[in-house]
Amino acid sequence: MAISQMVGASIKRREDPRLVTGSGRYVDDISQTAVAHMHVVRSTEAHARILSIDTTRAKEADGVVAVFTGKDLKPDFGAPLPVTVCFVPDKKYPEHYPIAVDKVYYVGEPVAIVVASSRAAAEDAGERIDIRYESLPPVTDIEKAIEKDAPVLHEGLGSNLSYDTKFSAGDMEAALKEADVRIKQRLIQQRLIPIAIETRGVLADYRRFENKLTVYSSTQIPHFVKVWEAVILGIPESNVRVVAPEVGGGFGSKIRVYPEEILTALASKKLGRPVKWIEDRNENVKATHHGRSQIWDVEIAAKKDGTVLGIRPTQWLDLGAYCSQFGTFQVLGMLVAQGAYKMKAFDGRAVGVFTNRTPTDAYRGAGRPEATYLIERVMDLVARETGVDPVEVRRKNFVRAEDQPFTTLLGLTYDSGDYTVTLNKALEMVDYKGLRREQAEKRKQGKYLGIGLSTYIEICGLGPAAATQAATGVSLWGMSVVNIHFTGKATVIIGSSPHGQGHETTYAQVASDVLGIPVEDIDVVHGDTAIGPMGMDTYGSRSTALDGNAVHISAMKVQEKAKKIAAHLLEAAEGDIVYENGKAFVKGTPSKAVTIQEIAVAAFQTNRIPKGMEGGLEATTFFDPSNFVWPFGAHIAVVEVDPETGATKILRYVAVDDVGNRINPMVVDGQLHGGIAQGIGQALFEEAVYDEAGQLRTGSMVDYLVPTAADLPTFELAATVTPSPVNPLGTKGVGEAGTIASSPAVINAVVDALAPFGVKDITMPATPEKVWQLMHRNGGTGR
Amino acid sequence: MRRRVAITINGTRYEHEVEPRLLLVHYIREQAGLTGTHVGCDTSNCGACTVELDGHSAKACTMFAVQADGAEVTTIEGLAEGSTLHPLQQAFWDEHGLQCGFCTPGMIMAAKQMLERNPNPTEREIRIGLEGNICRCTGYHNIVKAIQSAAKVMATGAEVKAPASVS
Repeated sequence: MAISQMVGASIKRREDPRLVTGSGRYVDDISQTAVAHMHVVRSTEAHARILSIDTTRAKEADGVVAVFTGKDLKPDFGAPLPVTVCFVPDKKYPEHYPIAVDKVYYVGEPVAIVVASSRAAAEDAGERIDIRYESLPPVTDIEKAIEKDAPVLHEGLGSNLSYDTKFSAGDMEAALKEADVRIKQRLIQQRLIPIAIETRGVLADYRRFENKLTVYSSTQIPHFVKVWEAVILGIPESNVRVVAPEVGGGFGSKIRVYPEEILTALASKKLGRPVKWIEDRNENVKATHHGRSQIWDVEIAAKKDGTVLGIRPTQWLDLGAYCSQFGTFQVLGMLVAQGAYKMKAFDGRAVGVFTNRTPTDAYRGAGRPEATYLIERVMDLVARETGVDPVEVRRKNFVRAEDQPFTTLLGLTYDSGDYTVTLNKALEMVDYKGLRREQAEKRKQGKYLGIGLSTYIEICGLGPAAATQAATGVSLWGMSVVNIHFTGKATVIIGSSPHGQGHETTYAQVASDVLGIPVEDIDVVHGDTAIGPMGMDTYGSRSTALDGNAVHISAMKVQEKAKKIAAHLLEAAEGDIVYENGKAFVKGTPSKAVTIQEIAVAAFQTNRIPKGMEGGLEATTFFDPSNFVWPFGAHIAVVEVDPETGATKILRYVAVDDVGNRINPMVVDGQLHGGIAQGIGQALFEEAVYDEAGQLRTGSMVDYLVPTAADLPTFELAATVTPSPVNPLGTKGVGEAGTIASSPAVINAVVDALAPFGVKDITMPATPEKVWQLMHRNGGTGR
Repeated sequence: MRRRVAITINGTRYEHEVEPRLLLVHYIREQAGLTGTHVGCDTSNCGACTVELDGHSAKACTMFAVQADGAEVTTIEGLAEGSTLHPLQQAFWDEHGLQCGFCTPGMIMAAKQMLERNPNPTEREIRIGLEGNICRCTGYHNIVKAIQSAAKVMATGAEVKAPASVS
């Protein structure tokens, strides 16, 4: 589709006036008469049996409305929290209820709830609950979790192993035999805490005599929450309304149905009054799921010219204490670990284990950062071992434009892309050859410059039935309703649930182009299941590829109907009608046009539309494309490490991304900036550290380092555009691309800077201490 | 034991009996009903609660309401004049300096104080000046651009564009 007037324009976001003035309404900003406040009392033990909970003194405290323990609430749960298949259908997992009953499995697990007239009163009363535990030995190490004598978390499962699944194709043994170079490397994906700046929060309002529940939640998935509130609490789904109001960031951390969403609603149901729960940051770091937490071991077979013959990766995934709703989504990392490269063999193994730590689930990229880190480190390890420049190693192994659509060894098919084009553009932007000369010069002066590449591909647009059925047995789709009002204005209802991505602007651009209605006359409605009951929500960079295109398709359907009505009004043949800029006319006579307003008025008066036609001007679309979309790009980080302090400074960060057609380039760039920053956070700063007792030692933003403005450079961005062939807008996805690409680019740069010290790898985060140690090991020679 | 406080917020005087442990941010949000000031971390790291207090930036989650007795406070709601945005608000909009918007009020209030002390900051000075405010969405790239752009407007006293609906 040609980029027309609005699609492709960097118009300013219509969300922003309310947000820059403080008039956005996040969950905690919504007030309700007679609201009570819930406080969740959480386990202080990583692994323990609950011996007793005495709530007597809490119930007597000022302002307390009710106190409930797991035993009190267990009979009310009609089902446990949901777990989806996600790539490993044979996985074993325990039932997970919203509150602990007999045992606790991680620090932060809900043990009791207090509902009181104020939050302070609820917290004060929580202190008066006496909980006796019998401590059990905690499991806090991925590898030790599946040792023979390891303590078992969920006795019914027999061990801490959830799954051990092979993902293999081609002959890895033959590849190893053919290889000149064989490398083994362990790569750590440290545990990360998502830290959306708005914590989670829930306001639930159950109306007893209507059996109706309204839940406001800071969530990415209001439609999923609606289903599970209904199933778990035994309320007809049609009587449940879930609203995701303004949501202050998600990054995957608000992608599951959470215990507190059920507990707040259940408290409201039991008490017959609205109940609010707002997570504080101390809770958030333990109670909201974590990301990554994986070990990857890889064996590489390559030729001395840099050709990679095959890889044998094993992913050890720490699920945490339970299998979270999308807990095994990270196995996607195995499916896409081949990256942008051709090879003969792929011998993957994915293992999932339980530990006594906060459950892990999707965090920006969810599997793709892990895959990209693996394959991009592999390219650099091969470069180092063979002495071939990392750029040349990539070129040698790239899937070529003429190979597209390319099918990987594991059977996924890339939709489009020429990876050399983005690479060349990025090399030109940084002046790669000049940089290499500068690096050599500086090394002579005792200064250590590093250049790191990441030529990533990623998978977005979850998930078309045609492409996912085999792997997961489920399919997801995009959804929209486009409804033209009597006055010719439009309401667009979408199934995605944005929380910073700007759909209110970009989807209006899409509809505006098709209907010729100005953006300001198109209202994009999302995140309220009373208005749009169907949707698959927002995660995995899926929204524009699915819901954005669904908006386009619905608008096209409306345009088709408008043309039929126009033909009737103009007494012309439908085939002769042209629709342009909100007007329909007979080809060649634009002066005799009917406007969309006139057509809309006619559409509501059945005497003015063709016989047999239904009234109204509205269309609904469930969009299920033929394939995923596959963005790609080349990122280059230039860093300098300080031999005195070990600190890494990012001197330049260049990114050339191809995300297909861009509806609003300004918004696309914004997504990339934020994504790159989060990947840099993983590379250099962030790590959730637990001690051996299973206590989180980085339990606040004092200890868990989210990058600040001073830690980051200005980003240098450019784009190439390869439209996706699988959707009408030709769009791909961009929400996670930056994060997926940037961690390996930065780490490759740090390792490159440390090459004179014999360093071949560094574990994330590359803190000043780690860098300094590597530079000063063996008496300061570094070697 | 409750204490009486009188705090002027955005030119309006509020008087309440409050618990001494009540944080200023909760006073602003719950007593004055101004919910544009957000709570993000409880440890004064994220800066989402930044307000202006007697001409200084203050993190309203790190002060008790009783400590602000008699003070003049400006919150994000106090910046626009009618429908005309403050140059910083306008610049954050123009430069796409926000995504989810949760950190934005604190970010703008911190930037306002920064520019009042240093009307013509370098990029590095802006970045260091923002260290007390965390944004997880933008990578700060466009926030820095917005502050640079607002600084220019504020320095020249240039006419601020009336907020158009879109574009």
